[in-house]
Amino acid sequence: MNKQIRHVGVFSALMVFALLANLTYIDLGRQASLEANPYNVRARQAEFDVHRGQILAGDTVIADSIPSTDQSSFSFQRVYANGPLYAPVTGFYSYIYGSSRIENSYNSELVGSSSSQWLQNLIDTTSGRTPQGASVVTTISPTLQQAAAKALQGYDGAIVAMDPHTGAVLAMVTSPSYDPNLLASHDLGAVQTSWQQLTTDPSNPMTDRSTREIYPPGSTFKLIVASAALEKGYTPDTMIDTPSSVQLPGSTSTLSNSSDCGNTQVTLARALQLSCNTAFANLGVSLGASTVRAEAEKFGFDSPHLPEVGGVASTFPATLDNAQLMMSSIGQYDVAATPLQMAMVVSTLVNGGQQADPYLVQEVRAPDLSVLYEHQNKVTPVVSASTAQSMQDMMVQVVANGTGTAARIPGVTVGGKSGTSQTDADNPDYAWFVCYALNPDIVVSVFLQRDEKTPVNLWGGANAAPVAKEVLQASR
Amino acid sequence: MAATVQGYRIRGATQLILILFGQSIGFAGYILTGLFRDNAVPAQWPVLAICWYGLGVLVHIGARIAIPYADPVILPITLALTGIGLATLHRIDLTSGTSPMLGNQFVALVIGVALLLVIVFLVKDPRRLKGYPFLLSALGFLLLLLPLVPHLGTEVYGSRIWISVGGFSFQPAEIAKIVLAASFAAYLADKTEVLALAGRRILGLELPRMRDMGPVILMWVLSLAIMVFENDLGTSLLFFGLFVMMIYVATARVSWIILGLILFGAGGAFVLKFAGHVQRRIDFWLHPFDFPNDATQIIQAQFGLSHGGLLGSGWGLGRPDLIIFSYSDMISAATGEEIGIVGLMAIIVLYGLLVFRGLKTSLVATDIFVKLFAAGLSFAFLLQTFAIIGGVTRLLPLTGLTTPFMSQGGSSMIANWILVATLLVISNQARRPQLQAAVGPEGVTALGEEYTQVFSTRELAQIGTGTIRPVLPIATQQVRLGASGNVVPDDNEWTGNDELTQAVPVPAPEPPVVPTPAISPPAPTPAVPPPASSPAVPAPAPAPVPASAPPVFSAPVVPGSGVTRPTSPGPTAPGPTPPAPHDPEEDDYFGRGMD
Repeated sequence: MNKQIRHVGVFSALMVFALLANLTYIDLGRQASLEANPYNVRARQAEFDVHRGQILAGDTVIADSIPSTDQSSFSFQRVYANGPLYAPVTGFYSYIYGSSRIENSYNSELVGSSSSQWLQNLIDTTSGRTPQGASVVTTISPTLQQAAAKALQGYDGAIVAMDPHTGAVLAMVTSPSYDPNLLASHDLGAVQTSWQQLTTDPSNPMTDRSTREIYPPGSTFKLIVASAALEKGYTPDTMIDTPSSVQLPGSTSTLSNSSDCGNTQVTLARALQLSCNTAFANLGVSLGASTVRAEAEKFGFDSPHLPEVGGVASTFPATLDNAQLMMSSIGQYDVAATPLQMAMVVSTLVNGGQQADPYLVQEVRAPDLSVLYEHQNKVTPVVSASTAQSMQDMMVQVVANGTGTAARIPGVTVGGKSGTSQTDADNPDYAWFVCYALNPDIVVSVFLQRDEKTPVNLWGGANAAPVAKEVLQASR
Repeated sequence: MAATVQGYRIRGATQLILILFGQSIGFAGYILTGLFRDNAVPAQWPVLAICWYGLGVLVHIGARIAIPYADPVILPITLALTGIGLATLHRIDLTSGTSPMLGNQFVALVIGVALLLVIVFLVKDPRRLKGYPFLLSALGFLLLLLPLVPHLGTEVYGSRIWISVGGFSFQPAEIAKIVLAASFAAYLADKTEVLALAGRRILGLELPRMRDMGPVILMWVLSLAIMVFENDLGTSLLFFGLFVMMIYVATARVSWIILGLILFGAGGAFVLKFAGHVQRRIDFWLHPFDFPNDATQIIQAQFGLSHGGLLGSGWGLGRPDLIIFSYSDMISAATGEEIGIVGLMAIIVLYGLLVFRGLKTSLVATDIFVKLFAAGLSFAFLLQTFAIIGGVTRLLPLTGLTTPFMSQGGSSMIANWILVATLLVISNQARRPQLQAAVGPEGVTALGEEYTQVFSTRELAQIGTGTIRPVLPIATQQVRLGASGNVVPDDNEWTGNDELTQAVPVPAPEPPVVPTPAISPPAPTPAVPPPASSPAVPAPAPAPVPASAPPVFSAPVVPGSGVTRPTSPGPTAPGPTPPAPHDPEEDDYFGRGMD
């Protein structure tokens, strides 16, 4: 009988061992995923007790943590100076609803739990100091950001301004916006009410129109088609057919010019200057869908940009018949782009055909000001320098004598391209103006969206160009 | 049955030191909770310290008087676990906002300890229970099925394993596990030989005879009934597992285990298919995050353990308020979050040690019923702990069992103290020198069996000064009872017990022992081979001792159980002795290391 009792003993030991092994597995195998689980209140609570790092725009603090003075159990209160202005950059940081944008993507650095900070944390903890998170310094220029917001006043839409040589995003404005302070409050009931209001507001104030929404780019897409043509051996003087209208192959619909292009033939430069739809439809067909798509993808379509704020990919349709290709060549049909993407197109052309990868975070600084992370510029060749130069010349013509005259600044080299995309001819929905100015070099992409509040029709040249000009002037 | 039993030294001081140390773990938790939460030692600490340590000293003194030979580690472990549980409940009291639980739990503990003292003082012979197998079974089954009585049973989180009387709730399974372990032991002690008989042989497996299957089928139906109607996999597994384990221990037939697993598996699969709520528990176990609103207990326990990490958040700094039932079912998660994975592992090891001490008690006991009873109690205790901690840590589907000694709840506390009291009484009986048994009504009839009386160093000294007199009129530490009942002097031998310090020859009192001619002259006396049925001490090696001359004081020590003891070289030292025949039965690989 003792033998069997010993067997029971061995079996009991195995059961105990199974419990111990399972606990080991919880710690080693599951801990990371459990800590990152959005339902894990403990992890978030722990974050809320940390002196979270600042987010800066240059030297301006746009998100800060200050010692909490309310009755809640949290030690720190997140404060957003000028919240609505910087909301698309900072995002929000809420106990209930989690976080977004940089508050989300740089969370571990802001909390101080990133791998580069563990030693400092250990020293802080053992020496009795409260560990503090690192600061995230963004590329945003407060002057430009404010100017862009001011220029955008009265419109729904977005503005992206960037340095064409480095890819640094200098301004990133969306309208309407919201105040992230509402969601960072320690009054959780009020936070829930605010969240309800913000998420049910028909104007979608929490939508970032600059990087996270895609819209038909309209005639601004002609920059890509023209670049593709130049790369294929066209010159700005190559003549292209531009009848007053073309019939879309396989359908009874027609596509017509919205400006007077002479109804015969125009040069490529002239077609861009006047934004001749039929010329670019014909050009697109003669280049072929794959050439146009390849060019769009080289400029950055079909891949996401600015992951710091969760930027989305602009799209160019995967398969096209000739009718769809004609519409796509003028930035309609299923072509859709973020304002950031269109700024990247112009940036590439201004930077001699080399595309600087856009970025928003310049560096991450530890509380002792040591630099934990610094951005390294990344440049990808897209088009030849000569193509880029020709495109610049053509864009200058657009502003000098074309559809973009409203963006002219005396004594300054300004180039640009307007765009107006529409669901039907009488009802333009989106107005675009993408442009650049030299010395100092800057690229601005303006996107305006028509909605109930702005019943007047919006036009790229008439409405978006003046907005862009204001931002260009603010940069000087 | 084994008749040779090793006696054990009384280890009073060890027990007291261990009790105070074990109690200090929980008390430190209480103090640290105050320090971490309020930066101050709790104001009532002197009162609590007096009550808490006073209780420990009281139970020690009681045990020292009533059951001096009982295992000295069982009580300290029990009090350590109780202390950690109390500290956790106190810590939950601070954040729960409901009425404090610490006071009630302490009252339950006092009742439990009082019952323990009553039991150890009044119950001298647990073998009495042997006489009532059917009464005990009936009582056990009644208790198990009690929660199904309308208006009496209450459903908690889908499981119907509680009854509620006059505002008090009670988990009958807690008492039932003791009662049923006793009833199984009584039944099996009676039927060991019959159940071991082979029946038909199917697929290389010797099945028991159909006529012996009745009790197994009964237990199977009962277990399935618990699973279906009380909706608790843990309780069901606890009792069926207990039964299968005990039948295996009694019969040594693996076929019973396989049969049990097949029956339980088939029944379980059937229940799963037709009873949705058990399936739900399993879904919560496998994919808790698919049910964020329903599987919150498991999810929050996981978050707590992972956020606490290896070393824990510290006493009072976790978030047991996020875990539903953190004070009862989920208490191991609440504790584990604050004292870390390492701390929870230590708790599990404590439970394991307690179970191993229980099994060790079963090993050294002589009576079949008592052996089965002790083994059953220990294994039931382990199954319960395994089911609940495994459920909390997501090793198994969560069940509604309590965590012994830690969970809030009087019934659990009291029932488990009764369990410990029973184990202690058995342990005391098994470990005390068995000479009374030798002259008892049964003892003298045991032809050819051996008895050993052993003494500690201190006792030896006392014998020398006349303080203690040996109980039996024997000439040496080892005697043989001849057929006539005569005491035959035999060789000295080392019994192989670690706690023994020295074998001792006892001055022969009058009348002097006269060797019977049948055995005389036995110089050197051949070793008496232990009876085949008995896991006896290995036969003593022949020593050149004249039969008529009593051995000298420093007797040669012969390796027993394959363990070599340093011998004090005496004039009669036999030189290098060959190792005793190695009896694998005796190879105490399981129990020895823990003594």
